Amino acid sequence: MAHFMTLPEAVAQNLHSGDMAAFEGFTHLIPHASAHEAIRQGVKDLTLVRMTPDVVYDQFIGMGAVRKLIFSYAGNPGVGLLRRLRDSVENGWPNRIEIEEHSHAAVANAYEAGAAGLPFAAFRGYKGAELAKVNPNIKSVTCPFTGEELAAVPAIRPDVSFIHAQKADRKGNVLIEGIVGVQKEAVLAAKRSVVTVEEIVDDLETHPNACVLPGWAVTAICVVPGGAHPSYAHGYYPRDNASYIAWDKIAADRDTFLAWMKDNVLDATPEDFADRIKHLRSAS
Amino acid sequence: MSGTDFTSTEMMTIAASRALKNTDVCFVGIGAPSAACNIARLTHAPDVTLIYESGTIGTAPTVLPLSIGDGELCDTAVTTVSVPEMFRYWLQGGRVTVGFLGAAQIDRFGNINTTVIGDYDHPKTRLPGGGGAPEIASSCGEIFITMKQSKRAMVEKIDFFTSFGHGEGGDHRQRLGITTKGPTLMVTDLAVWKPDPVTREFTVVSLHPGVTREMVQAECGWTVRFADALDETPEPTGIELKTLRDLNTRTKAAHSGGKTGEAA
Repeated sequence: MAHFMTLPEAVAQNLHSGDMAAFEGFTHLIPHASAHEAIRQGVKDLTLVRMTPDVVYDQFIGMGAVRKLIFSYAGNPGVGLLRRLRDSVENGWPNRIEIEEHSHAAVANAYEAGAAGLPFAAFRGYKGAELAKVNPNIKSVTCPFTGEELAAVPAIRPDVSFIHAQKADRKGNVLIEGIVGVQKEAVLAAKRSVVTVEEIVDDLETHPNACVLPGWAVTAICVVPGGAHPSYAHGYYPRDNASYIAWDKIAADRDTFLAWMKDNVLDATPEDFADRIKHLRSAS
Repeated sequence: MSGTDFTSTEMMTIAASRALKNTDVCFVGIGAPSAACNIARLTHAPDVTLIYESGTIGTAPTVLPLSIGDGELCDTAVTTVSVPEMFRYWLQGGRVTVGFLGAAQIDRFGNINTTVIGDYDHPKTRLPGGGGAPEIASSCGEIFITMKQSKRAMVEKIDFFTSFGHGEGGDHRQRLGITTKGPTLMVTDLAVWKPDPVTREFTVVSLHPGVTREMVQAECGWTVRFADALDETPEPTGIELKTLRDLNTRTKAAHSGGKTGEAA
């Protein structure tokens, strides 16, 4: 049953050092505010899962909070590579993280299997590709009906999944609109879930086929306007492309990165996100 | 009008765009492929169906997206589905005729590396990884590739097989049980390449205007084969160039808009 609470409370109650956690969002609705709160609370030794780890996972990795990363595409979309991730993988700074690498199809199917309570996912994938050679969690199964060999990967079942959404009603039902990514599956696959929303409303004013997570399927809901910035919330504010471009320079240097993290994350609060999107709201 | 004043990148994008048909359903990679696919839509193929892996089907953006999931893609799409649905029903279901990809590294058989340069466990450069490409390469009806040529990118042997092209050539795809055609076209900033029908090695079939065989070889890490009947790629038309430049101008304005955010 969804409980309304502050983001610091929700993170403290639902994310612990050593957990497997997903902060999902496919370019859209990436839960930056939740990730920043987790970094502030100093959680360590995380196994982070996401299809498309980008800027916010670069921040987790650069702060030394990550033990292992499970992913399928790690980049700064449209800008380039993740420099903190590269520094970890190439130079071991601040620690060398363990990598479990898949394709998008594999992670999407693995979340679905997790949501469906199945132990693994089967799909037609990885043919001729080399990832199976470096990732022991990519195996194969034979179809019992046709004999076709299919790829198999274990279900993803995070201890906790974090997502951001447009709005929730007063009963805790959550509406996700636009590019919905894999967020519904990530929440339903996880033991616990924290949803930040732009606003709480009396009525979701939605249509019958919208992506709604019923309140009873969610653990915690927190109101954090702008909580996806510099990602975007369809209908509320656009993607802050300039911030993604700026990140490339910030992350290129260890000291610049650490100074930026102190100013914008460690010394900040969830409330700061509302200010970060003011200029975007007026531009849209 | 003949567009005599154009860059090699413009020639590449326009030549690549010509490969798409109005009836194609195309899974679009970000970057150079995205530009080519949208030029096709804005010129000779207005009804081409463009699909981005973020879930947008039949999208028609007025500017090129910076990321694979920009809001513009969703706003202009016929429908937007979840990412699991995209990969299960639409891609794996065999409903996509063309996958349009770029590459960090490629070999003569169209095998693509976007994972690492160097050894996987101790890479010289850690690249973003495969994303959707491993399954795009095997599930789309055929694969078009577009990229700028360089000896670093076009190599004798790729460091990692992210996406399987024609493997070691010949019938390697069939032997692995892959039923789709694989790479059938590569358009670079210098030439148009097609696989040899038997060996599947990419062969230059057309040189862009002003390009020589020596220029193609100088930017390629393997010994290039040229078709017996070597064509010259038709120059960009006035309308093609205008469409591309207008799109680039709109895109630049859109992505530099607003002040630089302080937080990322």
